[in-house]
Amino acid sequence: MKLKRVRAIAHKEFLHVLRDWRSLGIGIAIPVLMLFLFGYALTLDVDRVPLVVWDQSATPQSRTLVDAFKASRYFTMLPAVSDYREVERSIASRRAEIALVIPVDFAGKVAAGRAVAVQAILDGSDSNVASFALGYAEAVVGGYSQQVTVAAASRLGLPVSGALLKVEPRVWFNTDMESRNYIFPGLIAIVMMVIAALLTSLTFAREWEVGTMEQLIATPVTGGELILGKLIPYFAIGMFDLVLSVLVAEFVFHIPMRGELWLVFASSSIFMVGALSLGMLISIVTKSQFLASQIALVATMLPAFLLSGFVFPIANMPYPIQVFTHIVTARYFVVLLRGIYLKGLGLGHLYGETLFLAGFAVLILALSHLKFKKKIV
Amino acid sequence: MPEPQPQAAATAPPLPPAVVLRELTRRFGDFTAVNRVSLEVTRGEIFGFLGPNGAGKSTTIRMLCGILPPTSGSGSVAGFDIASQSEQIKKQIGYMSQKFSLYEDLTVEENIDFYSGIYRIPGAKKRERKEWVIEMAGLADRRGARTATLSGGWKQRLALGCAILHEPPIVFLDEPTSGVDPVSRRSFWELIYRLAGAGVTIFVTTHYLEEAECCDRLGFIFGGELIALGSPAELKKGFPGEIVALECERPFEVLKRVEALPGVRQATLFGAGLHLTVDRAETLIPALREALPDLEVHLERIAPSLEDLFVSFMEARTG
Ligand SMILES: Nc1ncnc2c1ncn2[C@@H]1O[C@H](COP(=O)(O)OP(=O)(O)O)[C@@H](O)[C@H]1O
Ligand SMILES: [Mg+2]
Repeated sequence: MKLKRVRAIAHKEFLHVLRDWRSLGIGIAIPVLMLFLFGYALTLDVDRVPLVVWDQSATPQSRTLVDAFKASRYFTMLPAVSDYREVERSIASRRAEIALVIPVDFAGKVAAGRAVAVQAILDGSDSNVASFALGYAEAVVGGYSQQVTVAAASRLGLPVSGALLKVEPRVWFNTDMESRNYIFPGLIAIVMMVIAALLTSLTFAREWEVGTMEQLIATPVTGGELILGKLIPYFAIGMFDLVLSVLVAEFVFHIPMRGELWLVFASSSIFMVGALSLGMLISIVTKSQFLASQIALVATMLPAFLLSGFVFPIANMPYPIQVFTHIVTARYFVVLLRGIYLKGLGLGHLYGETLFLAGFAVLILALSHLKFKKKIV
Repeated sequence: MPEPQPQAAATAPPLPPAVVLRELTRRFGDFTAVNRVSLEVTRGEIFGFLGPNGAGKSTTIRMLCGILPPTSGSGSVAGFDIASQSEQIKKQIGYMSQKFSLYEDLTVEENIDFYSGIYRIPGAKKRERKEWVIEMAGLADRRGARTATLSGGWKQRLALGCAILHEPPIVFLDEPTSGVDPVSRRSFWELIYRLAGAGVTIFVTTHYLEEAECCDRLGFIFGGELIALGSPAELKKGFPGEIVALECERPFEVLKRVEALPGVRQATLFGAGLHLTVDRAETLIPALREALPDLEVHLERIAPSLEDLFVSFMEARTG
């Protein structure tokens, strides 16, 4: 391995990228586009659900409950209604997604400390929205009932036990109830995976197709030098994309970052080497730009989207597919980024995934080195 | 301007021959592209490897450069075995493949710098070699130009320059002048002579016969087989028979008539007339005059050209 040669190859490859708008597009425009597109489209939250209330009780107690709904950012309060037909009309016309009917005896039962049911009517035609809206409503009601219980207990002079205070919100997977926070770190992982493999899938194949490889393999250059030299500029592009992603996460989507930034970069570097090498290996084996880019897309995009746990939880998959996901590298990277972003986990919790990614990178690099021959045919 | 230096010094032990082929064979599936070719090229020689398209020239040159493993037989370049020591060979040679193979999106200087890096030419030397290549290729005004914008002749001279940046003692050129205008072709051959004058061994393939005349020795390959080997003069001397040039109107019609005559072994169209391969020109010229009384013909015995030679070889092979 001679540094001078590696430098010459890296420099030359960098010039190719700078002068080829296709590589620049794949390298920079597509990742940014994907981040924005999926960042906006792939949010599972239902925000500001239009809500209509029929408060039959019309007492201070029922108004406290209505105020709790008003204060919640998940609902937009429509003007109150006063009979059942108006409730029906609001839902049927889709002006409201959810209607809340507070019974006449609400205040009395609350005051007596008895159970009381509040009716929620939902538009089930969009079951996603309905189930989310119901979840939010339960959370709000739960918060209210906790207040009432605590107040009643202290009035009666009872000790407030821990159990009494535990109201579990239905939407608990991330505390801000923002699915985007959950999606976005995974999205970064997916974008990195696809871009990295696509970028390098062209390099060796292009040189074989154009004929420059025939000239190169007649020189003393080694396979290792070529692979490393070609890796460097694309690694730089990948890291540039990562910086962009982190900035978009921070300033556009306001994804909270609970862990350490350097961990994001360190684990991404390891992942990037593996993904870039995979593209390179495909390029070395196929020697055809078209074939290589197609295979790289299928080999990275599909598993990354479907089997990484990025959108579809792995735990819900059939068992054989769950087993298969263990060899999908994106899966580990998704876990890593989510762990760092959402849970603020450190290396202590993530070393397993990190080791797997490192092992994968080493394996693919070794295979690329093995498969690259300085021979025609 | 500094020239590439020959490796041999007066006191050094004798160098192994530049190139040796022993029954070298390459098959692609059932097809034999190169069939048991044996030859030797001595140091400092310009060796021309001649043959029509598909004869096996590129396949041979690729095996010699260590980028295509032979099927059987053996060969060596600079004393290194082509099958087992190909990486040592790659340090000793410059190779210019048949297809233009520099980076078109890089500039002249960037291409040179890239190959300087690949050959690990040290800093001071690097600048000197770069200027040498730019001067040699006549690219002083185009050093910042994208290679794609250069015309064929310039591209080929630049490709040669990049292939010999590291001053290799042996250079393989695969049809370096194909598709280049005659003026550029001549200036390319001046470069080849300049290299050979400095002691570099040149192994060059071509299908231009006037280029073959410029070589010290020739090998003629046809259908994967080496069918003639020697200097242009030796080859012509060994020509079986004599050549009569016949100038006339409408040579195509005359061709049919003379072919059938006894003593004419072969008749081929040649420029505006015919070349006849005959046993003895002295006796045949009067016979021809008699056989063609109606025509005004000019008949003359001439020395065989390389083209006569190879046409007769090919006719003999294909029947
Ligand atoms: N990689 C290959 N696979 C199959 N056939 C090949 C390959 N390379 C060359 N050939 C065949 O071998 C023959 C000789 O080719 P080549 O050496 O390129 O001829 P030349 O250089 O004299 O024109 C041709 O018929 C060509 O089709
Ligand atoms: Mg050829």
